[in-house]
Amino acid sequence: MADQGSPEYALQMIGIEKYFGLVCALKNIHLTVGRNEIVGLIGDNGAGKSTLVKILTGVYRPTSGELYIAGQKVNTRTYNVKQARKYGIETVYQDKSLGEKQVLWRNFFVGRQITNRLGFINVKEEKRIAQQIMLETIGFRGRGITVDSRVSKLSGGERQGVAIGRAMHFEAELIVLDEPTVALSLKEVQKVINFVHKIKEGGKACIYISHAIQDVYEVADRFVVLDRGEIVASIDKQNTSLKELDEFLLEFAYGRRDRRES
Amino acid sequence: MSRARSTLRFFTRIEGLPILAVLIVLYIAFILTAPDVFTKPRIYMSFLQTVAPPLILGLGLTFVITAGEIDLSFPAAVAFTGYVFTWTYQQLGESLGLTWAAWAGFVAALLAGALVGWVNGIMVAKIGVPSIMATLAAQFFWYGVTVLLAGGLQATLKGIEETAAHSIFVGRIYGVIPSEGRGQIGIPQQSLWALGLTILSWFILNRHKFGESVMFLGDNENVARVMGVNVEATRIKLFILMGVFAAFAGVILTLQVRVFYPTQGQGMLLPVMAAVFIGGTSIAGGLGSMLGTFWGSYIIGSLEAGVVATGISGFWVQLVEGLVMGASVVLNILIGEGRLKAVTSRVEHWTRPLRSRPSSEIARQQGSD
Repeated sequence: MADQGSPEYALQMIGIEKYFGLVCALKNIHLTVGRNEIVGLIGDNGAGKSTLVKILTGVYRPTSGELYIAGQKVNTRTYNVKQARKYGIETVYQDKSLGEKQVLWRNFFVGRQITNRLGFINVKEEKRIAQQIMLETIGFRGRGITVDSRVSKLSGGERQGVAIGRAMHFEAELIVLDEPTVALSLKEVQKVINFVHKIKEGGKACIYISHAIQDVYEVADRFVVLDRGEIVASIDKQNTSLKELDEFLLEFAYGRRDRRES
Repeated sequence: MSRARSTLRFFTRIEGLPILAVLIVLYIAFILTAPDVFTKPRIYMSFLQTVAPPLILGLGLTFVITAGEIDLSFPAAVAFTGYVFTWTYQQLGESLGLTWAAWAGFVAALLAGALVGWVNGIMVAKIGVPSIMATLAAQFFWYGVTVLLAGGLQATLKGIEETAAHSIFVGRIYGVIPSEGRGQIGIPQQSLWALGLTILSWFILNRHKFGESVMFLGDNENVARVMGVNVEATRIKLFILMGVFAAFAGVILTLQVRVFYPTQGQGMLLPVMAAVFIGGTSIAGGLGSMLGTFWGSYIIGSLEAGVVATGISGFWVQLVEGLVMGASVVLNILIGEGRLKAVTSRVEHWTRPLRSRPSSEIARQQGSD
């Protein structure tokens, strides 16, 4: 019963399984992410990508298996979103990272408000820090967006910017990007990709989930392919080209490749 | 042009201001059409008294609607908690003395209100019953419990006017406004309690973690969940809060007339909901305005008496009430953040079971993802 995982990994999943009733969503998942590694998680709809992310971020509890974050064993029975944040895992979802009708400064701090002992929010301090994040981390300048703007006034790219800035501000060790570029214009996709490069430069780890293989290929060091709840391949970027990766995935999509072969 | 626009923006940005404007216009109309009644303080003192209980209920309901839920059971909670207050007062009157019996009754009523809310909360948050259905059932159930316990009879609270609780909750601050020839009339203290609760509710909604959780929950349940809001616990606390507010209103209502009626609270559902909605709280959830509910309650509470006092035929009263409510809501939708589309989508949420189920259920449904 070793309670220590290997500290050289930001994340280790050992034999993680997840059942919803009788439906098996994830089967025997072994996944590691290095301390400064960008892992691209690829898979078709229903492959289990979202379930995997939700287990990692504490939204779902795994049915069985072990989870180590930065070498520390996580008690999966009590693991939740708040704990995930304490371990330094931040998530940017495609569309459900921000409360649309709420003002920006609330969105930066919801779930970890700066409060006094009675639980009342220190609005001044939250606004000041939110302002700082917007100017320094995200780089919103002179576009009529302030910390008092409502999220509904922001474009899709700006929303991802806010979610990403939030993750950066809270000094995440492992940032999970769940389909961050869906429904974004090309220019805004590029912004998101630039941010992922910044994660690498900052010495942090990242799991990047996307359908858009060219985006994943540009940013990731390694590609993990998920199919029907199982990891079927782990390919280093050095060993493949975008074209090869694309063909490999297409073969899976059409079921031409035998599973054992990979 | 641009100055006019920025003035308008300023006007809409201050919470509750549009609805305060409606209230002021309404009172000007009353003063012009019924100067005999509306230039003297007595009618206003009367409003301060009658508006307090529905206003307190409206504050609780503002939390509930901001969270994207609905509570139809608070009229029954008003009756049930009024009964608990009366029963405790009568039972303990001899052993504790009337003053302490009244306080014990107050505490018991708040606990009873919390119980009503807790049951609603469990039904909605844990079992996954849509709130409109759970609280509709609760409305029948708690009225039924009250009628059974009270044997269908009203009960007089003997000697209650001598107790400290009575003078603190529904006494009058005398000598503030001299009345013509008939001594002095004072400000009803229940209006000060209602004002204090309005301020407290504003701070809880806008400045407390709980209020922020309520807003994000009403905005988007999934966002709230992934951002670390404990959705189930917030929902349960929400309904408990509503129950406690209903208990406060129930006690005040009982103290005011010094008699408990098993039917008290009946007929309050729609006026209180109207007050919340004309105050600008979004029926779609996510946004709530305590000040709007405050002014809205005074509009609703003044309408009937005001329209009657203007001397137009009684047949017109409801029509005018409907017009004022309609105009208030239209004003809020046009210049506020509310959108008609959001209204229709929320009605769907209230009535469809799937979307408000607890997370385990949702997880099961999304299992193929």
